[in-house]
Amino acid sequence: MSLPRLRARKLDIRSGLVDLSHGAGGRASAQLIDGIFREAFDNPYLAQGNDQAVFNVPAGRMAMSTDGYVIWPLFFPGGDIGSLAVHGTINDLAMAGAQPLHLTASYIIEEGFPLADLQRIAQSMGRAAADAGTAIVTGDTKVVERGKGDGVFISTTGIGLVPAGLELSGDRARPGDCVILSGSIGDHGIAVMSQRGSLGFETDILSDSAPLHGLVAAMIDVAGPSLRLMRDPTRGGLAATLNEIAQQSGCGFRIEEAKIPVHPAVLAACELLGLDPLNVANEGKLVAVVAPAAADRLLAAMRAHPTGRQASIIGNVTEDDLHLVQMTTSFGGGRILDWLAGEQLPRIC
Amino acid sequence: MKYIDEYRDGNLARAIAATIAEQAVAGRHYRFMEFCGGHTHAISRYGIEDLLPANVEMVHGPGCPVCVLPVGRIDDAIRLAMRPEVTLCTYADLMRVPATAGASLLKAKAAGADIRMIYSPRDAVLLAEAEPGRHMVFFAIGFETTTPSTALAIGLARQKALTNFSVFCNHVLTPSAIRAILDTDHLPEAERVQVDGFIGPAHVSTVIGTSPYRALATQFGKPVVVAGFEPLDVVQAILMLVRQVNEGRSEVENQYIRAVTSEGNVIARRAIADIFELRDSFEWRGLGELPLSALRLRPAYAQFDAERRFEVIPAPAADNPACECGAVLRALKKPVDCRLFGTACSPETPMGSCMVSPEGACAAHWTYGRFRDRAKIGAAA
Repeated sequence: MSLPRLRARKLDIRSGLVDLSHGAGGRASAQLIDGIFREAFDNPYLAQGNDQAVFNVPAGRMAMSTDGYVIWPLFFPGGDIGSLAVHGTINDLAMAGAQPLHLTASYIIEEGFPLADLQRIAQSMGRAAADAGTAIVTGDTKVVERGKGDGVFISTTGIGLVPAGLELSGDRARPGDCVILSGSIGDHGIAVMSQRGSLGFETDILSDSAPLHGLVAAMIDVAGPSLRLMRDPTRGGLAATLNEIAQQSGCGFRIEEAKIPVHPAVLAACELLGLDPLNVANEGKLVAVVAPAAADRLLAAMRAHPTGRQASIIGNVTEDDLHLVQMTTSFGGGRILDWLAGEQLPRIC
Repeated sequence: MKYIDEYRDGNLARAIAATIAEQAVAGRHYRFMEFCGGHTHAISRYGIEDLLPANVEMVHGPGCPVCVLPVGRIDDAIRLAMRPEVTLCTYADLMRVPATAGASLLKAKAAGADIRMIYSPRDAVLLAEAEPGRHMVFFAIGFETTTPSTALAIGLARQKALTNFSVFCNHVLTPSAIRAILDTDHLPEAERVQVDGFIGPAHVSTVIGTSPYRALATQFGKPVVVAGFEPLDVVQAILMLVRQVNEGRSEVENQYIRAVTSEGNVIARRAIADIFELRDSFEWRGLGELPLSALRLRPAYAQFDAERRFEVIPAPAADNPACECGAVLRALKKPVDCRLFGTACSPETPMGSCMVSPEGACAAHWTYGRFRDRAKIGAAA
């Protein structure tokens, strides 16, 4: 007589909800991982079903970076928390000149979260990783009680390979160096804000969320060691990024407002909300500081790449004891480009 | 952006600036006050100072609603917010304004007070409707610009017969503040502001019109040019003021004709008059107690008046003694003259209200203009 085989009920992705058993490490957890993540991330490391991925590493230098994603709303024009969690970590690696090798993903899911949304996020994440030529090779899933999370939080860690001879660091900007911005600013922040219930305005702006390692590879090809540093202006926007570099390198900047590309719809939304696009977040742009002799050929290479078409030389590095980022306004006067104090506050009159 | 870029045209600005330089009489110093924080912000944000000749100077006035709110009223708002049944709805600008003993709405929120940031007073009414178990208090501040929307919110709450919505009213009047700046004969010489004219309010004037400034211009012999908040508006207004001074005129002129009329917005003024009445006196930060300078809800609307419902008893509270906000708001000092500026006081850790709002003179100068006084602030930056 053979023992009866337990037939697990299939995951009801269409209308099911995540419950606490999905995070308890039992059969339900395994079912969630099989039914959603393994399929969405599909790669041989994950298929082995171990608690870790084991792989060979090439000789040379590696970059490693980690980031947590708590964005709200989870789905926004031009992306979602899944694709963002891939792009953000790839970009943090790419700013060291690294090409991404492998990613990990850790999900903290709130009890009651729709399985359909979880699948949509996981599939978007898997697609983003595959499109970038990398994979999510290991991960973790936890479920917290209702009210103890906000839908889904995702942490990703990435490792990447840094080409030999490349030394990029925030402390390497030198007076006279050129500052290149890869494209228009503020798209991500405005796309997300347009979806916030209390603001609720309509715009056709899409988040610029995108992986930058392809553009970076093209930049390294033409500029190599002339590249001093790269940074992606995420939270705090371009203004915060330039100030960070100024502090780290002990220099100042002189920027020309007219050279900074901004989408007209972003300008209009900023006007409406009392925001400055220079402080608004980006997820698919980079700032590069480069030795002046290489600036023109670097700019040309960036413009030839799909994610750098609107690249622009926006200014240069100055000697400045106070580490100020100064900007010549399009109007003709001078001003400082400062860090943002707290959240960006809308003006009231 | 149509109807925006036109007013930010650098070439036109340089042409007007050249005319100002030509018409400003050599050897004569022109000192103009922009009343509004909106103008202060525009001047700093676009670097307008760099376009003006050395003998044309702009000084900042008290027209920043967050800046003139006295510490005691923030203390009152925090006490209201700490009541278990109350949700305080506020404009985000007020969150970081320092109150007594280092308190602020931001800190009260972290300590558990139910404080929510809203964009419009109407949102507070809708919240009250959605959450009948909470009492929504709207922290109303601002000059005549924001008063009509508070009035409309109260009207909406009455129409919806809401019993869980009220307003903590701090609306103040612009002409009273201009009078306080000019009516200084009784003060010692050092406390009298020396100005040759005013850039008059932009948005306030869309509501009240230009006529309320006439008596002031005539009585004190100072020209007033009502101007829009775009940088080109400001530069043109400065040229108009220079011309008035040169010709010995002290008239009210309107640069902002695309939005402002002599009588203002009659409907908005009626909405204000229906719901609000004058207070006998109100304390302003920097200007002290000013008679007939602020509004409160009429008795017919007492049920929407948070001061009456929660028996808010004004408790006088002192500013930080080292903070020069008072003198800065009256243009007796510039931000950099305050010894806290850029040392203990910065937008991250504001000691005074002028360092909080982007329209505050100190915040605007710190954020946009401090490169101009490198020698003074030195390593503090």
